[in-house]
Amino acid sequence: MTAIANFLTQMLAIAEAEVRKLRHDPVDLFTRIVQPALWLLIFGQVFARLRGIPTGGVSYRDFLAPGILAQSVLFIAIFYGISTIWERDLGILAMYLVSPAPRSALVLGKSLAAGVRGLAQALMVYVLAVLLGIHLVLSILSLAGVVVMIVLSAAIFACFSMIIACLVKTRERFMGISQVLTMPLFFASSAIYPIALMPEWLRHVADLNPLTYQVDALRTLMLPGFHSDSGLLRDFAVQAGIFTILVLLAGRLYQTILE
Amino acid sequence: MAALAPARTTQTAIRAQDLTKSFPHKLAVDHVTFSVEQGSVFGLLGRNGAGKSCTIKMLTTLSPISSGSASVGDYDVSSQPVDVRRSIGYVPQLASADIDLTAYENLLISAKLYCIPRTERRERIREALSLMGLEKSVDLLARSYSGGMLRRLEIAQAMLHHPRVLFLDEPTVGLDPLARHAVWTRIGELRTRFGTTILLTTHYMDEATELCDHVAFLRDGKLAGIGTPAELCAALRPGATLDDVFIALTRTQA
Repeated sequence: MTAIANFLTQMLAIAEAEVRKLRHDPVDLFTRIVQPALWLLIFGQVFARLRGIPTGGVSYRDFLAPGILAQSVLFIAIFYGISTIWERDLGILAMYLVSPAPRSALVLGKSLAAGVRGLAQALMVYVLAVLLGIHLVLSILSLAGVVVMIVLSAAIFACFSMIIACLVKTRERFMGISQVLTMPLFFASSAIYPIALMPEWLRHVADLNPLTYQVDALRTLMLPGFHSDSGLLRDFAVQAGIFTILVLLAGRLYQTILE
Repeated sequence: MAALAPARTTQTAIRAQDLTKSFPHKLAVDHVTFSVEQGSVFGLLGRNGAGKSCTIKMLTTLSPISSGSASVGDYDVSSQPVDVRRSIGYVPQLASADIDLTAYENLLISAKLYCIPRTERRERIREALSLMGLEKSVDLLARSYSGGMLRRLEIAQAMLHHPRVLFLDEPTVGLDPLARHAVWTRIGELRTRFGTTILLTTHYMDEATELCDHVAFLRDGKLAGIGTPAELCAALRPGATLDDVFIALTRTQA
């Protein structure tokens, strides 16, 4: 029992450090809303005029909102690894790694912190969506599901990002690779158009993309009358499975970034 | 120049036996053997790239040992890394305090990582801050600290859990003379109050003479000399300083 309690304390300590930093300087939280706002206001306005996109019975702008929320969480989390490299260069990481905390607790703490940032993003997208008159389900159950899916998905991409950081080790290479990965992850998902519109080969890629499951779950939970492509339960199960594998991998690799 | 015999007694805080670190094109640490007595201050000296930091990284479990063995406290570094981590504190050469947090927050995060019980956290943090003379600036962001204060905060973080052994990698590099002396005084207090064993690296020979009971010189990853500063000076020639010993023992390095 103490081992579990210690693990949780250590994991939460790492997340707490990140949250405290955001509290000291929240500017980044607010600048992050600009990009999703542009997507919803400009891209959403223009594409809403196209009538040919099969959006499952909801308006295109409604259809787009959960996709843009998922995308903004992806964009925050996928660059999380840069802070691992930064902390390595500074010596903060050495301080973490010389502590008795299990490496997986450190990785989970960082992932959880990405989840917290994802939630801040979700709050702002919700406010924006309500202002734009987008129809959202605001029941407790739906909101709870959204919270879990956002934290889980942010944690997945943050973990993935930390794995890349541990493998490439330098900031320059990391930025290059992350830029290259972000757009394919985004386009090979149902974030801005339904999977049904994709060519066959791209559908197979989308099936392997965690963003697809995140978007599907968010749409099902957020939009009244939207029917899930893959099933809500399957969305959560796939995400949980991917996360478990990534945490185990990142936990093993985390220390090698010092080499 | 009598080498300290590596003996496995409870009085030995650190023991390195043929400790070796090899990289594909370089032997960074080459069969180094030494031991450090409990409660003493041990200096690891040598030129840049001689293998000092690499030795510390192996002893602190941050870098795997290529061959040979090491123990810290009663634990083997390779097979019992978590036990070793519980019994040591480490201040790396680089700045390890998070400058985007306050001193208190830095210490709070450390206290949690070391699982210091909730009821003791406040007292431990207060004790560490007072020992390092930082009580007055506890709620300032660490980015507003001077270099000397930052170093003392990092030492406070590293000693919060009362480690048996403290590793300090160039604790006074870049500090003005007053700040250096402040760090020296605090290191001395740590030792007298808690009997902490300290292994440090430094390029300042006056610092090594002042602080260290024993020193070891590394040259190209190999042990070039070991003993008390007085012994090493006397062995070189009458009236020699530790600077002279440094030059004599390390100048042939490539």
